[in-house]
Amino acid sequence: MSEKLIIADKEFSSRLFVGTGKYSSNSIMEKSIIASKTEMVTMALRRVDLNDGIGDDLLSHLNHDHLHLLPNTSGVRNAKEAVFAACMAREALGTNWIKLEVHPEPRHLLPDAIETIKAAKELVEKGFVVLPYTIADPLTCKHLEDVGCQAVMPLGACIGSNEGITNIEMIKLIIDQSNVPVVIDAGLGAPSHAALAMELGADACLVNTAIANSSDPIKMGEAFHWAIVSGRMAWKARLAQKPQEVTKATSPLTSFLNQ
Amino acid sequence: MKNQSFNDLLEPYDWDQVTQQIYDKGERDVIQALSKDRADLEDLKALVSPAATPYLEQMAQKSQTITQQRFGKTIRMYVPLYLSNYCSNGCVYCGFNAKNKIPRKKLTTEEVLAEANQIIKLGFKSILLVTGEDQRRCNTEYLKEIITLLNPMFDTISIEVQPMDTEDYSILKEVGLHAVYVYQETYHQKSYPDYHAFGRKRDFKYRLTTPERIAEAGVHKLGFGALLGLEEWRTEAFFIALHLSYMEKKHWQTQYSISFPRLRPHAGNFPPQFPINDTELLKLICAFRIFNPYVELTLSTRESAFYRDNLLSLGVTSMSAGSKTEPGGYVKENKELKQFEIEDARSVEEVVSAINERGYEVVWKDWDTVLA
Repeated sequence: MSEKLIIADKEFSSRLFVGTGKYSSNSIMEKSIIASKTEMVTMALRRVDLNDGIGDDLLSHLNHDHLHLLPNTSGVRNAKEAVFAACMAREALGTNWIKLEVHPEPRHLLPDAIETIKAAKELVEKGFVVLPYTIADPLTCKHLEDVGCQAVMPLGACIGSNEGITNIEMIKLIIDQSNVPVVIDAGLGAPSHAALAMELGADACLVNTAIANSSDPIKMGEAFHWAIVSGRMAWKARLAQKPQEVTKATSPLTSFLNQ
Repeated sequence: MKNQSFNDLLEPYDWDQVTQQIYDKGERDVIQALSKDRADLEDLKALVSPAATPYLEQMAQKSQTITQQRFGKTIRMYVPLYLSNYCSNGCVYCGFNAKNKIPRKKLTTEEVLAEANQIIKLGFKSILLVTGEDQRRCNTEYLKEIITLLNPMFDTISIEVQPMDTEDYSILKEVGLHAVYVYQETYHQKSYPDYHAFGRKRDFKYRLTTPERIAEAGVHKLGFGALLGLEEWRTEAFFIALHLSYMEKKHWQTQYSISFPRLRPHAGNFPPQFPINDTELLKLICAFRIFNPYVELTLSTRESAFYRDNLLSLGVTSMSAGSKTEPGGYVKENKELKQFEIEDARSVEEVVSAINERGYEVVWKDWDTVLA
């Protein structure tokens, strides 16, 4: 079986996805992205100057053959706005891939599950490859899969919080039950958080703030690369378990077999 | 995997290779499997492997704990009602084989009602309708008529009949079908034709994809498994688990049930090629419970009273009692019509007493048509 990550028939050698916000300069962003060895970069449609097309400053720094650009709908508040934004992105950037984000509440940017499912269904019908950012709810993830999303992207914690995976039991259930790749999106604040996500069996992680806000985003990009590689390798090798405390029943349950 | 059928998923697996992988598992793999909160398919291989035998007591304890945590101390009760022993298949291991010279009978609606009334007197509210696989005599129309007839009398109506198309299951669901049981018999694709000499059942792939059609029709619960004795039970266990995992992920709103029928004496007397003894069957049940804490595990009257009484607290959650495996058997016993010999021949009251004596509660009703 291929060790590559496959989403919608596209293969990725790296399991690290990165964002493009919060960097002190586009030049630092570009170097960090290269150091991270990522092949999937997401950027907010609202940050891209669509009137300037490919000449846009952000886009010019992402102009590398190995990078797959993933526009996102960050900033939209409902399904209607999300579908409109996705169609604009497709028109302007020539890609039918979309990271669907619907967050009507501006403080924590929590995804609205109902509107996300609604938008995902419509976008799939319009021919998009939809990768939805979602709350870490196993049933929401199954519904998103059912409407045709090619991956699910549950949050580890609130966007930008750097708190790591605060909902580990739900993330485990999502990974257990999913038929599509599970990408842990949002909240990962340190390479160790990403390594843990991969050790749990996640297919990939998306990181932005932890890299962009670090003192050395270039080195941190590389650190996340190795964390992802290490975590994936550990998952494949099957982690050793804590020693089991073997209880001794006063009357063994299997003694009847000798009667 | 999203658009794959289970048939596609099964393609790359080699039976002999999987068997070897199971036999290669060692003590360390077993200890690891027992230590984990969530066992996976590799752990299941370890738990059914020969290396797990010294750990059977620990497996039983873990299985008991998980089962009680999920289901409490309860056993759901059901009973089969054999509607017909006509069959158009040539399964070498089955008493209903079309070539077997046994008297054949299909119940009329009056006879079904008489049987159902007897069953209700025994206390059952869940009924499993069983037929031989005869598409002509026991078709969707007949089953629709019977389910419609029995719907007001029972809370749960299940069927164990020939595999059907999605549309057929939808029609039956509309009139009150709650669950469907369909056994692959063996997941060993190469040897499957040897056991199924002729008839529609010879089509391995159609049978294999039946659970998917059942789920697509929106049937609430479905059960499957293998007939233990035909092939290496350890390898069958892996493929059942693989099938279950696939179904749970793809059809996540369906409830699943697994049972472990051992080949029983019947007309034709085909001996088990790969027998599974009592210790091994216990190991298999415990391994499955550790692998999947949520699935219903069923033990039928094919097993002895002593064995069933001891197993009821170790992972099983559903049992039959007082079963007759011939059409019309609840009103008037007729041994010549039987599919196979049952082992636990106790009355329903005796089985219920045995369950209660072990501190378990019998659950007669666990569903209501208002939920359908």
